[in-house]
Amino acid sequence: MCRLAAITSKEFISPMEPILALETMKEGHDGSGLGLVLKDLGGEFEKLKKYPVLSGICSREGRKILDEYMKRHGFILRHEWKPKIKQTGGIVPRDHYFARAYDYPSAYRNRTLAEKEELLMMTRLALRKIGEPDESIFAFSFYPDVITIKEVGDPLEVAEFFGLDKDTLKARIVLAQGRQNTNYAIYLYACHPFFIQGFCSMTNGENTAFVPIREFLSSRGFPGYIGYNSDSEVFTHILHYSVRQLGFPLHYYKDVITPMKADEIEKRSDKEALKLMKQSMRQLCIDGPNMVIGFTPDGTVFMVQDSKKLRPGAVGGVKGKYALMSEECGIDRAVPKRDLAKDIFPMKYDMVIISPQAQEVRVWNQLHG
Amino acid sequence: MEPATRLDHNHKLSLREFPYIIRWRDDRCKRCGRCTAVCPVKAIVPSVKVQRVVESAGQIPAPTAVRKTVHVVEQVTDMERYCTGCGSCTLVCPNEAIEPEFNQANKFLHYKNKGGDGYKRGGRRNDPSISTLDRIKFTRISMLTDPALDAGRHEFRIRTLLGRVMSPEAMPLKVVNGRLEVDKKDVFVPPVREIYPIMIGSMSVGALSPPMWEGLAMGVAYLNEVEGMPVVMCSGEGGMPPRLLRSRYLKYFIIQIASGYFGWDEIVRALPHMVEDPAAIEIKYGQGAKPGDGGLLMAQKVLKLISKIRGVPQFVDLASPPTHQTKYSIEEAVAKMIQSMSMAWGFRVPVYPKISGSKTARAVLNNLARNPYAAGLSIDGEDGGTGAAYNVSMDKMGHPIASNLRECYLDLVKQGKQNELPLIAAGGVGKKGNLAANAAALIMLGASAVSIGKYIMQTASDCFGDEFNRCNLCNTGQCPRGITTQDPKLYRRLDSDRVAERVVEVFKAADVELKKIFAPMGRSTELPIGMSDGLSIDDKAMAERLGISYAC
Repeated sequence: MCRLAAITSKEFISPMEPILALETMKEGHDGSGLGLVLKDLGGEFEKLKKYPVLSGICSREGRKILDEYMKRHGFILRHEWKPKIKQTGGIVPRDHYFARAYDYPSAYRNRTLAEKEELLMMTRLALRKIGEPDESIFAFSFYPDVITIKEVGDPLEVAEFFGLDKDTLKARIVLAQGRQNTNYAIYLYACHPFFIQGFCSMTNGENTAFVPIREFLSSRGFPGYIGYNSDSEVFTHILHYSVRQLGFPLHYYKDVITPMKADEIEKRSDKEALKLMKQSMRQLCIDGPNMVIGFTPDGTVFMVQDSKKLRPGAVGGVKGKYALMSEECGIDRAVPKRDLAKDIFPMKYDMVIISPQAQEVRVWNQLHG
Repeated sequence: MEPATRLDHNHKLSLREFPYIIRWRDDRCKRCGRCTAVCPVKAIVPSVKVQRVVESAGQIPAPTAVRKTVHVVEQVTDMERYCTGCGSCTLVCPNEAIEPEFNQANKFLHYKNKGGDGYKRGGRRNDPSISTLDRIKFTRISMLTDPALDAGRHEFRIRTLLGRVMSPEAMPLKVVNGRLEVDKKDVFVPPVREIYPIMIGSMSVGALSPPMWEGLAMGVAYLNEVEGMPVVMCSGEGGMPPRLLRSRYLKYFIIQIASGYFGWDEIVRALPHMVEDPAAIEIKYGQGAKPGDGGLLMAQKVLKLISKIRGVPQFVDLASPPTHQTKYSIEEAVAKMIQSMSMAWGFRVPVYPKISGSKTARAVLNNLARNPYAAGLSIDGEDGGTGAAYNVSMDKMGHPIASNLRECYLDLVKQGKQNELPLIAAGGVGKKGNLAANAAALIMLGASAVSIGKYIMQTASDCFGDEFNRCNLCNTGQCPRGITTQDPKLYRRLDSDRVAERVVEVFKAADVELKKIFAPMGRSTELPIGMSDGLSIDDKAMAERLGISYAC
């Protein structure tokens, strides 16, 4: 079972906070990797918010290809963050880990956000395509104000390896996932959190409806719906599809992935829409035990359970800092001084939605809409 | 040289040529005559023979040869009265003195063409081999990485959609105050029914006897109203009882229109009086058991009730043309037919075509995919059944359903329309009795629903037919079980209440078995349509063709 730790905060926090929370949840041998996504960046990226940040890994050869590609397409490098690698444990260092802030090509500077997003995604996909066969380039995300870090190994050791404990890297939202998907080969592109055009999610579970969902997403004609090295990636893409592509308010994500029964739908005031959705989006209904934590481009963070509620998940904190964890002990580590009685354990109809900068926590109940 | 008195009858066949040979036991038979009376084809007759019998009486053996006149039951060697192996004789025999035995070495088909006409029968393909569906196994079992579900305790949603489903992009939704609302102005939202994924396929009033059809219909109504299982049933070509057309139960029925339009006078007349819409309209273009052949109801089955429902004279062969007379192109004629049928019910009823499994199924599908009014496609594979057809059509024509369905589904996936146009798979579902497993396999290959005909008919009414050409008299009106006959003397053998009870039992059992398949695979919230990663087969070529894994 994947260990998940997310913190959303008004103040900038170090990525070490959720990683240490992950450590409290550690049991047995589940330490096969770390995935980190930082949003709403502080530290050295605080003044670079308008520039898209390309996060990834490349070999020496890959770096040349990457530089050449970005130059050829008019991207101008504004800033580069490189971790100070400290050899620890059994982690085999790759040549270059990076988060680079670029300025848009001149032709794109005054374009709409949607056009810019399209360019960024296509660039990321192109780099992925170039680098995937020989693993010379891994491109995890390319988006303003977002950094992704991934590596194989024990999460705490990976954090130490990247020197995150001493680094100035900070963010208001950090999603950390403490184990690679053990059901598939250990591979960087199979490591969540997954990110696409401002939407991000990570999952604690197993999606048994993976193949029909993958086929449905792949056939939407949207170039970003590729990859699927892990069944968890579809959760991110369903989120993106529902909220960005179809324009649904966020809480309908719950109605898409776990639609209610006919008699339950009848009680909702938006039942006509739900009935249509349940039919048209039938193949996006997830199955198996799953708990999903994610964020949207505006900085809203959420936790949602599937309709069986077979995976753990808890939310707790204080105004200005909330932790969304797969286990209670993670919250204790992240926000120890809080009113425990106010901790939230979302059940099968619930979706916990936390507004940007952790100002308000709302438990949206599917039964009541 | 021996005199060849018997052999001189050169065209007389020996019993070895016949598909079933009657094993009659002289010592057990009490000569009651029930077997010869019940035989639907008069293949056995009471006969008198003079035999040389060795007898011995008294305490000390003293065998003596005597000539005696004995009464025997004898099988005739007339090909027109061949023993069909139905076994009615065995059922009525009080002493287990008689039973037909299948003759593997028979040359039945060599001779069953007297009068220059090919052999006609009912039933389905005489092929006892294991079908592709029965070779498919469910191999993706949730083990440790995720908890398998409990078939007995978890909640399962085993439902599917019948009707044209809008693409998510086409849904007429708008956000008002953070909520989604449907904005139907100027947008046609096609009718969609939520049904149970196993449907009862098209078997007509006429092909089936009144108690059989009625029993199925009652079973379906019970499943819906009492068990809460939305099972639907197709009328077949031949209309429906007028009272049913005007009843609230019509919503559980799919009305079929086929090339003979039989029964449609009555349906059209009933239209203004209908209190419910039918579940759907099925336009029959083909049938898996006899592709390229139209429906056929032999004259001997066209009795008073049938002639009234169908609006035809009694005792005439009712042969529907192989194709609709107006069908000159799929883009126009089929589209028009779908439109006309939709219009008749104010576009409130899904209308979909049914075709026989064929290499051309994909072409049909792709045309339908472009027609926003087409509510689905039913594909009937070669293992489907029929009430009457030429043997050659049944045995040699048609396409197996598994690969046909799969390629159609994958075509839809390529276009992103796999959820928009439901595929209904039929033809051989439950051939070996594995209804739930066959249905689940087809669903995971991409079917939205499966349709069963022959299986439910046999299971609900103890039909004798099998793939060894047993009985298969459906076309003659002589059905010894009373299932496919219009002769009251025969159909009184069938109790419609018992048929209904069996229908309910079959569906409830299938529901339990479907859960026993879906639960270990971790699926419960939605029907696993297209979940091909759950399937394996023990043949590499089949695995490759179906796009599933090979396991041995």
